[in-house]
Amino acid sequence: MIAREAVSWLRTAASSGYAGPVASEELSASAGIRLEGLSKSFRSPEGAVLAVRDIDVSIERGETVALLGPNGAGKSTTIDMLLGLLPPDSGGVSLFGRSPRQAVDAGLIGAMLQTGALIQYLSVRELLTMMAAIYPAPLGVDEVLERTGLGAIAARRTQKLSGGETQRVRFALAIVSDPDLLVLDEPTVAMDVESRHEFWNSMRAFAARGKTVVFATHYLEEADQNADRVVLMAHGRIVADGPPTEIKARVGSRTIRATLPEADLGELAGLEGVASADRHGEGVLLVCSDSDQAIRALLERFPTARDIEIAGAGLEDAFLALTADPDADAPDAALAP
Amino acid sequence: MNNVVYIRYELLRALRNRRFFFFSLGFPLLFYFAIASPNRHVTNFDRSGISLPLYYMVGLTSFGTMVAMISTGTRIAAERQVGWTRQLRITPLTTRAYFRAKVLTAYMMSGLTIVLLALAGTSLGVRLPAGHWIAMVALILIALLPFAALGIMLGHLINVDSIGPFTGGGASLLAFLGGAWFPLGHHGFLHDLAQLLPSYWLVQAAHTGLTGHGWPARGWIVIAVWATVLTAGALWAFRRDTKRV
Repeated sequence: MIAREAVSWLRTAASSGYAGPVASEELSASAGIRLEGLSKSFRSPEGAVLAVRDIDVSIERGETVALLGPNGAGKSTTIDMLLGLLPPDSGGVSLFGRSPRQAVDAGLIGAMLQTGALIQYLSVRELLTMMAAIYPAPLGVDEVLERTGLGAIAARRTQKLSGGETQRVRFALAIVSDPDLLVLDEPTVAMDVESRHEFWNSMRAFAARGKTVVFATHYLEEADQNADRVVLMAHGRIVADGPPTEIKARVGSRTIRATLPEADLGELAGLEGVASADRHGEGVLLVCSDSDQAIRALLERFPTARDIEIAGAGLEDAFLALTADPDADAPDAALAP
Repeated sequence: MNNVVYIRYELLRALRNRRFFFFSLGFPLLFYFAIASPNRHVTNFDRSGISLPLYYMVGLTSFGTMVAMISTGTRIAAERQVGWTRQLRITPLTTRAYFRAKVLTAYMMSGLTIVLLALAGTSLGVRLPAGHWIAMVALILIALLPFAALGIMLGHLINVDSIGPFTGGGASLLAFLGGAWFPLGHHGFLHDLAQLLPSYWLVQAAHTGLTGHGWPARGWIVIAVWATVLTAGALWAFRRDTKRV
């Protein structure tokens, strides 16, 4: 038995290429999820693209964490590395003190990947029964059907499901093993509003059983309403990490643009409802936590402001504002020796 | 963990795929009746000393079982396409259990092909001693091992759009070079080349039904080498296949 474990450990260490000492140190250090110094680049026709740049994330047992960011922020790459589907260029992953492979083999992980349909020629119940059989201590299939609201379509073949139903079955597959860690990569993409609502209810009910949940999304509202904590990613980096209210204040906002050559940026940033202020020539850009308050405060304090535009900042804009440092696209300093 | 349940549903899935059934099982059968039925009284086909219904029964059994094995690749490519292979990666399903399920499914399909063609042959007057039947089926099952691995390997290397022509063309070529369609003669370049192919020995295995004689040592070696090489190839292709398609 010991020999077999040793062999399996060696195999994991050899195939992952990064485990080794990190994994054994982590065993004693903690029981949560640790991503340490994680980097990944891909080759593309334009040269190497740094998809994830030296990120560190530490998640405690029982937390529900949203990875929020626009498309191309590195969320899916991070999740692939977390699950052991993609070996990092550098850095390490530890899940409850184990390597991703060990955690997966122990049946501790359930995941809904970003892309994915279901295999055909089985009913929903049959597919769940088949997959439950792979795990050491799965939930009962009936229980899973009930929790995910799939009871009514349990007998339906998988190829006859709508997009939203397919997503719910994929969620059911992710929880059938009764995993300690549930990972969801943009789970609501194919769902309508009502399905989304039901989906997040199921997710929260599952999380409430002391489970750790990590989900990726590019909807601020989803992150705000369903996570205890939001990790904001852009350009492969973590640009903010905190409670949803804090993140919302920073990015969820509208922006006010105005021509206001004489105003002091510090004073603008201090206005009620303004999260941050930036200057572009004669114009200023105010990222607001509450644009209604902000516009009143702005006009009261600076009546000469003109060419005023208020815009609902898409996440993309908000991220750009947050990450508009001049070396954003240059190779990351932390990667250079 | 209960791999029996997992395998049972894999088999069920394959049995319910009607289109696949038609192409994999119906085709060789249709072919057989088209060729052998009008020529059922040809007793000495191409001066081989063998009746035409018998010759094509074993030829199409070789071809049909080979297609059944390689078509594992078609199913895998389709699963890969929808992201299922990646989904399996994040379960405790072992490589061994995954391969076992795929190989058993392929063998189930091959077994059905053998039974159907044997019944078809019998209906056209083919009669063989029981010992010949048993030796033939046993050797065919062994000769199919390299093709089981080939199917898995191709499934993890080729995408769903191009795997159809690839496996269809490949199987036809291998069957031709193996002498499934007509005798290749007993010497010459083609004959020498054919002896290095697993399909040749698959056809020879089927011919056991005619003679009752098994393979020479050379046949065992060729099948063993191909089975080993292609299994290694299948493992390699499966392990590297973790990316998003």
